[in-house]
Amino acid sequence: MNTLIVAEHEDCELRPATLSVVAAARAIEAGEIHLLIAGQDLAAVGDSAAAIDGVDKVLVADDAAYAHSLAADLSALVVSLAEGYSHILFAETAGGKSVMPRVAALLDVAGISGISRVVAPDTFVRPIYAGNALATVKSEDAVKVLTVRPTSFDPVAATGGSAAIEPVATAETDERVSFIGQALSDSDRPELTSADIVVSGGRGMQNGENFSMLDEIAVKLNAAVGASRAAVDAGFVPNEYQVGQTGKVVAPNLYLAVGISGAIQHLAGMKDSKVIVAINKDEEAPIFQVADYGLVADLFEALPELSAALDG
Amino acid sequence: MKIIVGVKRVLDYNVKARVKADKSGIELANVKMSMNPFDEIAVEEALRIKEAGHADEVIVVSIGSLQSQETIRTGLAMGADRGILIQTDELIQPLAIAKLFKHVIEKESPGLVILGKQAIDGDNNQTGQMLSALTGMTQATFASKIEFDGDAGDALNVTREVDAGLESIRVALPCIVTTDLRLNEPRYAKLPNIMKAKKKPLEIVPVADTGVDIASKLSVVEVNEPPGREAGIMVDSIAQLVDKLRNEAKVI
Repeated sequence: MNTLIVAEHEDCELRPATLSVVAAARAIEAGEIHLLIAGQDLAAVGDSAAAIDGVDKVLVADDAAYAHSLAADLSALVVSLAEGYSHILFAETAGGKSVMPRVAALLDVAGISGISRVVAPDTFVRPIYAGNALATVKSEDAVKVLTVRPTSFDPVAATGGSAAIEPVATAETDERVSFIGQALSDSDRPELTSADIVVSGGRGMQNGENFSMLDEIAVKLNAAVGASRAAVDAGFVPNEYQVGQTGKVVAPNLYLAVGISGAIQHLAGMKDSKVIVAINKDEEAPIFQVADYGLVADLFEALPELSAALDG
Repeated sequence: MKIIVGVKRVLDYNVKARVKADKSGIELANVKMSMNPFDEIAVEEALRIKEAGHADEVIVVSIGSLQSQETIRTGLAMGADRGILIQTDELIQPLAIAKLFKHVIEKESPGLVILGKQAIDGDNNQTGQMLSALTGMTQATFASKIEFDGDAGDALNVTREVDAGLESIRVALPCIVTTDLRLNEPRYAKLPNIMKAKKKPLEIVPVADTGVDIASKLSVVEVNEPPGREAGIMVDSIAQLVDKLRNEAKVI
């Protein structure tokens, strides 16, 4: 029995989370690792998938029907290929989360969401209650269908492999659902969930304009910019900036929290960062309890100073 | 058109979860329980759709112990018309929950089902997607905006929160929608409505009467506290901070 990974890609590039899912698959050690890519005009993506260290075969479903990765179509495709696999893995992303449970239900097995550790091929650890507890779960289903929390697994090398590439047939598609459009953030910055450094602002930033101070620092550090739920709810920045239980989970080498008090739901999204820095004028703010380095300061004085210091 | 809304009784989002000493789960005795916040958003959206004239009945459905009646009553106090409790004292998992919802859907034939994208206890984020796969109803997850499409009103345009921003899809009804945070701000139930809600119909169906097999092959071995972080240090200035990050932590 083998392992099937449903890869994600964007603008002809594999998403970095895929490399972490391959790492999880290697930890599971269940047969060969096959990577499924579905979409349109996939030649370049297929080649880069075949080069991933540890991937044995790349399955390519190249069809306009998959151009927008609609959940019903993608799940039908995965189910059509499911035979022979003991494990079917997705990244814990908006896309993976939309498709994984469908595949599990269609195969009549439990879905396992957001694993952070592989204990054994049938036993996994996953955070529950916004990361305030870790559940160890064991599956006796014939097929384990799961999502992998990308920040919990160090990505494998993107090169060094030479997998075979094999086309697969288009499965049934659902005409009742159609893609209308998208409004995506510009992407000249590292992606929030895979950036080495994340600079985040909270309600203390006071308005959206002030986030330009964080942008300035982010450019100097080649960092992604994030935000707390409070800042997103207040309309300072769009939803895709949100770090937390209900937003994105990040674990960069350096997480700089500015004007963020540190609500439980925010901590759940960043507490696995390697180094956490908090700048807040309230010395009682809970964020300082998880920070490696804390600075009690007015952010409107501290940020320009930090920006200048980074030039030095 | 009927709308079915799923609601779950969970540990209140302001209460910190504590792992039981025997590692069997989370301490839920004598702690405040509330409606899952994403489900409040689902109830609110259903009420707004009814108030806009697109639906004539909102049914609140919960699966759980008799205490989940309180959660259903909360939905009724917000303005839903009636409630159904599928009663079980067992902790059941998303696949079984989806099968029980399917049972209710087959009886009620709703045009729209709205569920929270995840419950804040198990954080599974599975039930809506599974329900769509099992019933064949269309799926729109992580909704931040729902609009009825065209004059026929037989489809929705749903704006979804995805990793890189927002995506819009058109889905034919009947549909399963799961709610994201920014879909709406739920209303508070007013006192007269809380009183009225006590008289609204609430049907209790024991899980055994549904004929649905709720057994699962996924079991919880143990639940542990996450490892804590070591206490950090406070710095006095940006200069000292930058020095520490460069020379001690070596992250910039």
